[in-house]
Amino acid sequence: MSTLNPAAGSAGLSPGFADPVAQAQACFRAVLDAMARPGRVHTITGVAPPAPLDAATAAVLLTLVDHETPLWLDAALRETAPWLAFHCGAPVVTDPRAAAFAAARGLPDLDRFDAGTHEMPETAATIVVQVQALGVGPRFRLSGPGLREPAGFAVTGLPADFSARWAANHRLFPCGIDLILCAGDRLAALPRSVTIEEDG
Amino acid sequence: MIGYNFAYLDEQTKRMIRRALLKAVAIPGHQVPFGSREMPLPYGWGTGGIQVTASVLGQQDVLKVIDQGADDTTNAVSIRRFFARTAGVRTTTHTADATVIQTRHRIPETKLRDDQIIVYQVPQPEPLFRLEPSRVETRRMHGLADYGLMHVKLYEDIARYGQISISYDYPVMVNGRYLMSPSPIPSFDNPKMDRMPALQLFGAGREKRIYAIPPWTEVRSLDFEDHPFRPINAPHACGLCGATDAYLDEVVTDDRGGRLFVCSDTDHCAERRAAGHVGAEGMKEAAE
Repeated sequence: MSTLNPAAGSAGLSPGFADPVAQAQACFRAVLDAMARPGRVHTITGVAPPAPLDAATAAVLLTLVDHETPLWLDAALRETAPWLAFHCGAPVVTDPRAAAFAAARGLPDLDRFDAGTHEMPETAATIVVQVQALGVGPRFRLSGPGLREPAGFAVTGLPADFSARWAANHRLFPCGIDLILCAGDRLAALPRSVTIEEDG
Repeated sequence: MIGYNFAYLDEQTKRMIRRALLKAVAIPGHQVPFGSREMPLPYGWGTGGIQVTASVLGQQDVLKVIDQGADDTTNAVSIRRFFARTAGVRTTTHTADATVIQTRHRIPETKLRDDQIIVYQVPQPEPLFRLEPSRVETRRMHGLADYGLMHVKLYEDIARYGQISISYDYPVMVNGRYLMSPSPIPSFDNPKMDRMPALQLFGAGREKRIYAIPPWTEVRSLDFEDHPFRPINAPHACGLCGATDAYLDEVVTDDRGGRLFVCSDTDHCAERRAAGHVGAEGMKEAAE
């Protein structure tokens, strides 16, 4: 665990949500809709986090993470731990298996995280993955709950073998990891229930 | 609104409920435990639904609340006022105008759209509750998708009564995986849950469980090939608007055996009457 170092001062910290109640609600509704309709892209505005956190990544964490949810950060985002600790109050953990939430630039190994148990699949981790772009790049075909019919989904910044890695995660259902993909101020979600195939 | 956070609940509670909701959506039909709070009304009055509504509601939302289909009964009126006061949101009785609909024991007759959310108040989230009292056991059964007990119950109903004797809270399978209580809606409403365009959220306050059905998800009422599921409704037309495809309430009108069947969905009935539909009772009144 790391806590905010008082010696570092708060002068260097940029603000979180200007209107925490309304902005957290708006962000939650976007994430809820994204989770309910896999692949649908939403735009989140109103927060200017320190680099390398993207606006959407920061908004999702401000909305969902607090002292009850251990947070794991990959090496690329670890420098933003003081900002997240200050605004969310989340304990930052180094063991991915202990994390309820994780944030990373690029997809971490999913099997390093808690995927829940068959009796309590809801304890599985949610990973916020910062990617380069949503809506452009390699195309996938999504099907499953939330989708009227199989839908296309394009994303830049996931590993080349993503659909195989996802299949291993999806096979664990009802256990498994849920992903929230963020790029700039845009986000989309891939719940464990969705089937992903490479398209074309 | 002075003295309250927006929509009554504090932000930390909302975050906890929101996290539970996201997991519930990711695992359709699975009951997610949550830290249900004490609300300014007793358990059994929709505290689960209220906490879910409070956690999703925003300033732009338009809220509709129904109790057994009606907008004007005690539970519906008090919950609507609660959110008008603590969140300052606009409220409506028109299904089509609402963005969030909280319901006790009905699904509106008007088809819901994909930009709407329906929140069900749930007294007993565990569909196996009457068959297996231990939560440790039922949780294991859900984990193993072992629902033989429920099939035996349905079979015994058929053996004893010639039909499945469940008229409300009729158990459903969600996405082919989880057995789920649809809350005590009439079985008439079960088919509306199947592949519904709107997001369906369920809150059980006393039992401290949240669950969800994402849009377009398969929801199948349990049955047997030779005893297919049959939704039950009174074989009448609405006395006020003449509807034959809406769920009907039976109203006793006098002490000489007088009966009136009317739409349980008051908004649906009023809209039909406004559009000129008249039922048998309305015609009688016009003739008098």
